[in-house]
Amino acid sequence: MDFTFTPVQEALREQAREFLAATPEPTWAQLAELGWTGVSIAEEDGGAGLSFLEEAVLFEELGRALYRGPYFATIGLTLPALLSEDRAAIASGETTWTLALGPLVPDLDSAEHVAIVGGDGIYELEGGERELLAATDESRPLGVVRGGEPGRRLADSTVLAEIEARSQTALALEACGVAWLALEDAIEYASSRVQFGKKIGVYQAVSHPLADAYTRVELSRSLALWAAWCVATDDDQASIAAAAAKSYAGESAVAVCETAIQSLGGIGFTWEHRLQRLYKRALGIESFGTSGTRLRAEIAASLIEQDEASSGSLAPVKVTQGG
Amino acid sequence: MDLRDTPDEATFRAELRSWLEESLPQDLQGHRGGATRFAGPEMRAWSRALHDAGYAGLTWPEEYGGGGAPYTHQAIFLEEMARAEAPPHIGVIGIGMAGPTIIAHGTDEQKSRYLAPLLAADEIWCQGFSEPGAGSDLAGVRTSSRLDDGHFVVNGQKVWSSFAHIADFCILLTRSDPDATRHAGLTYLIVDMHASGVEVRPLRQITGEAEFNEIFFSDVRVPAENLLGEVGGGWQVAMTTLLHERGTLGFALQAQLEVQIRKLVALARDRGADPLQRDRIAREWTEMQAVRFTNYRSLSALMKTGMPGPEGSISKLVWSEANQRVTKLALEILGPDAALGEENAPYGGYWQYQQLRSRGNTIEAGTSEVLRNIVAERVLGLPYSR
Repeated sequence: MDFTFTPVQEALREQAREFLAATPEPTWAQLAELGWTGVSIAEEDGGAGLSFLEEAVLFEELGRALYRGPYFATIGLTLPALLSEDRAAIASGETTWTLALGPLVPDLDSAEHVAIVGGDGIYELEGGERELLAATDESRPLGVVRGGEPGRRLADSTVLAEIEARSQTALALEACGVAWLALEDAIEYASSRVQFGKKIGVYQAVSHPLADAYTRVELSRSLALWAAWCVATDDDQASIAAAAAKSYAGESAVAVCETAIQSLGGIGFTWEHRLQRLYKRALGIESFGTSGTRLRAEIAASLIEQDEASSGSLAPVKVTQGG
Repeated sequence: MDLRDTPDEATFRAELRSWLEESLPQDLQGHRGGATRFAGPEMRAWSRALHDAGYAGLTWPEEYGGGGAPYTHQAIFLEEMARAEAPPHIGVIGIGMAGPTIIAHGTDEQKSRYLAPLLAADEIWCQGFSEPGAGSDLAGVRTSSRLDDGHFVVNGQKVWSSFAHIADFCILLTRSDPDATRHAGLTYLIVDMHASGVEVRPLRQITGEAEFNEIFFSDVRVPAENLLGEVGGGWQVAMTTLLHERGTLGFALQAQLEVQIRKLVALARDRGADPLQRDRIAREWTEMQAVRFTNYRSLSALMKTGMPGPEGSISKLVWSEANQRVTKLALEILGPDAALGEENAPYGGYWQYQQLRSRGNTIEAGTSEVLRNIVAERVLGLPYSR
């Protein structure tokens, strides 16, 4: 058992943080130049042939940076449905994709191609109109597609389970990046702001909610990295791990941002402070796709109805009296 | 990153699992603890069986009778023990706290005298740290020790001491310098619980049982060679003990929580659960998994760098509150039957007992308030509140 990142993954994180700090609004071509668009794409298709674990590092950092662009839509959402030539075009930085998994389609303003789910398969949308909608989170534009028809067939609909697990995990990772930065802002403020003659972080009414926020961030990361490993290795538990990670990390990022806003007082409530943007991304992640309530209903069903046979060894409740 | 057992870990786990299947007496499985939990000879026999199979002191150096195994094996051991619902070795205080402290600070004579019988469950240990006036604020201990003719003379009172009623030895934190305050002037002693002047009284708790005890010391004469560390250096020694208490605890707690949630799921299957209850079951399962992988992350950091990751500090805090919610949710699923006492309650009163017992979880081994302070100050680097 080894739950640490490799030196290569650590180096990738460092590179990503430095690059995104210096380049807050990177173009797709810049991401391709760094090799980020082809991380998990096979070498014969021009990618790096690495895994979702390396992409996991990037999703966390892109979340932290509130990156605006079609990386999630292309790599986190659509990639498993795409054919070899499409993947090659992504790795080289020529093209981008999004997928209409639900009525609201992410990054519809920037993605070049749109994939749709129809009947037994996933197709490239031909024709149709794109309508961009106002979204609370300005860093992740949403829109709807109207009309058009299924064109090129891309994949069988059996790939949807992988798409769900991958996209939920990617969002959970983004949520972790968002929550970390919000927590860092709150810690920095509580460590310097003075009221009643003391730094406010001294007061347990301030510090204990921050300890709880830290707890949520770490638990979220543990779930998101577990899910990422499951996705990367095509583990049997990928679906349930992704559902757990998305529901918990999404909700937690919102809660952590709320604690941070409260910790900063009036400043945290202003338009100028980046907390409002982190908060809106967290809200956007939480509401994207399948809701936390629905994901937990799926988890409960899998625990209570489906796993009966496998957990039989511990049921029914057995009690032995002490002494 | 690879979350699977290594071949070596898988072998260890498989051997342990089949050993537990063969060796755990059925009437000890699910043994739930309480006043007489450790009194019976069957518990000593079980502890000896663990020792003979090489599972006592797994991570201790081999020269002290341990297994010299990596921490990952200890984690696997705790997971498998909890999953088999096997009671722990009777010497949990000795193996988890007293032994590692003696290994770190003890003399050669102390090591050769105490460690082997401790692992073999021939001698039982208890801990004398907390006092009526020194709980979370341990530096407030007032139990006194005074050097007199080659002996420390000990007077005072300790409280919340598990196993004291059957213990042979106590790791005792005393104030040797009445003029020193706080962390200075403390001295750490090994005290024979059979010595004259030692009195143990059971403390009955909210469940009606007495897991804990008070210990009274009246002019107890402790030989000077029973000093652990330096006179006046007791605080540093005590920190070693507490570090070990919190060390691999997280794995045992997570595994217990997993068993608890499996029972909760079985209960929901048996009695039915409404959608809101099902939502809460899914939440608890999710958080239990999060604690599991948080422990793994912390352990991986320990294996690679020699220092556990900071994330490990939250396990006990999260577990204790989760166990309180899980047991309360079980009572809610039981409905009106939750009000029944042990004799008439479904499942032998398991959930009623567990729910009441869980209230102690956020108090024992570091209150949640203290643990939040630790996270805030030592992990997040917020200014100290005291």
